[in-house]
Amino acid sequence: MTLLPRPVNIVLGWTTLVALGALVVFGLWVAPPDAVQSDAQRLMYLHVPAAWLAYLAFFVTALTSALYLWRRTRATVWDHVAGASAELGVIFTGLTLVLGSLWGRPIWGVWWAWDARLVTTAVLFFLYLGYLALRRIPGDADARAKRSAIAALIAFVDVPIVHFSVSWWRTLHQEGTVFNSELSPEIGGTMAFTLWLGVLAFTLLYVYLLSKRYELSVLQEELEAVELEVAIAERIGEPAPRIDAAAGAVRDTR
Amino acid sequence: MSLVVSLRSAVCLLGRFPALAGVDLDIATGEVVLVSGANGAGKTTLLRLLAGLVPLRAGAVTVLGHDLAVDARAHRRDLALVGPDTFCYDDLTVAENLAFAARAAGHPPAPTELLEQLDLARLAPVAHRDLSTGQRRRLSLAIALARDPRLLLLDEPHAGLDVVGRAVLDVALADASRDGRTVLLASHELDRARTLASREVELVAGRAVGGRREESPSVPAPETAPEDVGR
Amino acid sequence: MTLVREALLVSGKDLRIERRAKVTLSQVVPFAAIVLLLFAFALDPDRGVLTRAAPGLFWIAVLLASLLAVSRSFAVEAENGARDALRLSGLDPMAIFLGKSLAVLAQLLVLEVVLTIGVVVLYDLSLRSLVPLALASVAATIGVVATGIVYGVLTAGLRLRETLVPLLVLPVVTPALLGATRAWEASVDGVPGEAWPWVAVLGAFALIAGTVGLLAFGPLLEES
Repeated sequence: MTLLPRPVNIVLGWTTLVALGALVVFGLWVAPPDAVQSDAQRLMYLHVPAAWLAYLAFFVTALTSALYLWRRTRATVWDHVAGASAELGVIFTGLTLVLGSLWGRPIWGVWWAWDARLVTTAVLFFLYLGYLALRRIPGDADARAKRSAIAALIAFVDVPIVHFSVSWWRTLHQEGTVFNSELSPEIGGTMAFTLWLGVLAFTLLYVYLLSKRYELSVLQEELEAVELEVAIAERIGEPAPRIDAAAGAVRDTR
Repeated sequence: MSLVVSLRSAVCLLGRFPALAGVDLDIATGEVVLVSGANGAGKTTLLRLLAGLVPLRAGAVTVLGHDLAVDARAHRRDLALVGPDTFCYDDLTVAENLAFAARAAGHPPAPTELLEQLDLARLAPVAHRDLSTGQRRRLSLAIALARDPRLLLLDEPHAGLDVVGRAVLDVALADASRDGRTVLLASHELDRARTLASREVELVAGRAVGGRREESPSVPAPETAPEDVGR
Repeated sequence: MTLVREALLVSGKDLRIERRAKVTLSQVVPFAAIVLLLFAFALDPDRGVLTRAAPGLFWIAVLLASLLAVSRSFAVEAENGARDALRLSGLDPMAIFLGKSLAVLAQLLVLEVVLTIGVVVLYDLSLRSLVPLALASVAATIGVVATGIVYGVLTAGLRLRETLVPLLVLPVVTPALLGATRAWEASVDGVPGEAWPWVAVLGAFALIAGTVGLLAFGPLLEES
């Protein structure tokens, strides 16, 4: 079972590749270097899309977690998507932090700045790590799904609070004029286009990888269902059922 | 006659292992049913399923009129489980543990008659941690009875009890049955348990033999006279 | 029984156990005090850093201690199948959440009083505006406790929970740490006006954490 129909998946894969290729070309060559930051600013074409994805993936995890918890829409598909999205999210969040650091170093002279967005992203990173650690603990799949879903929603509620309190804190403490200069320079024309291209390419990549990871997750679940049928048959002393019949049968009784 | 417990093709997992692999079981009000079976047959899982503590993987379960697939919690106030865990806090005394359990179930703290009935009166100020196995068993039973349950689920209640303790337990069970409570008793001690039970169900490989009331044999009358059973 | 009375039954039970076992008193409070000492070794008292950083150090010590206190609250329920007993008891899970939170809150507030004395003495801290300081402390502690109890029940019965609970709880309570420290700094500087907004933030955090806890505790207890 796949998240998207097979032809869509294939088209998506190739489109992603093309978009990423275009991003590389535009980001490294076509777009002009920034007037102030020169070539260092090109990291923006990766950093900003990565940040966008970090939060999009987080939103998807939270949304699917809510859908799983609400009885009327409960379905294992939401749990699979939540987990897959979180795995992608943590990667993009880590990427955002590293790229932000690499970008900030030539501009600010330091590897890190305590501004609201970076700090919130760092906290987000740890929230992801906690969520993934929770998912990794073996046990009953339903219990794990419920537990993880609640943890995801708590994290989702927490992020705006963190952002609000940190940003307020930083505006109260206007220390270090160097940190006041926004990372985002004034952009227009080709540079803006490249940025949007980056956002598009990364989003396509996210959807494609999500779909693949979802497939993997579902195959895992089907394997466990078959193993259960075999285990029941062994337990009651009947011959083990055929594989396709078994998978279908177990899904029906759920 | 109304059914207190009704299971159809119940499947229950312990991790990935199907402890119950399609159990059919009916129990009517006031019955005392013995559940027998080898170690690992699924007796404990069955009792925990009826208490709503283990999720149902497949099939249907109705206990005390509640469908457990819909709500596994609503029926819990009307039942009591006595199992390998004593459900007590080590640092609290017998009286304190009993009072907490009774008040939590919405009853006033248990009267002293209950403690005397189970030979625990003189142990009231003793901490749970300092009790012997047999004493803990009797405390578990006291807590169960203090909840005034309609359904009593007992998992190996005789285990760890000495002769006196067993006699106390048997009297308490007979009283419970007389009071109209339904009792489900999982036990290895078949001789002893058969004198108490009106019916026997055997769990074999995750399925119940004799679970449907038409099928189950009524318990054979003991060959020895009742007063010989204690020896 | 009403929700409040059931909650008081549960908190009474937890506090009675603490009175007997004295774990918080004999282990958690000394732990927090040792943390205060460790900061002194790490931050050279003679250079004024300790005094300036005191509010932050205080709250880090409290946070670490709260992880232990919450952990202890659930360790009590791990013995003799007590979690099963709670599920079977017929108690409303919201009441169990409230009761456990109240018990841990009471213990942490006592710990905070002791640590405040410690910080005033060891770090040479002078506290001026006590009212916002106290309110901020209570609100922050409520928020931290509620969050801790939720994650405590979420991880109850899981393997590897000792290292998992800090990883889960600490990122979530960063706003509480932030707000409490800023409120304390304002109180230390004698400008209560700056503290009140943070008290409001802490109050909001406590309210949200409490609400989430009330809603999530029941389902999580069932799965634990």
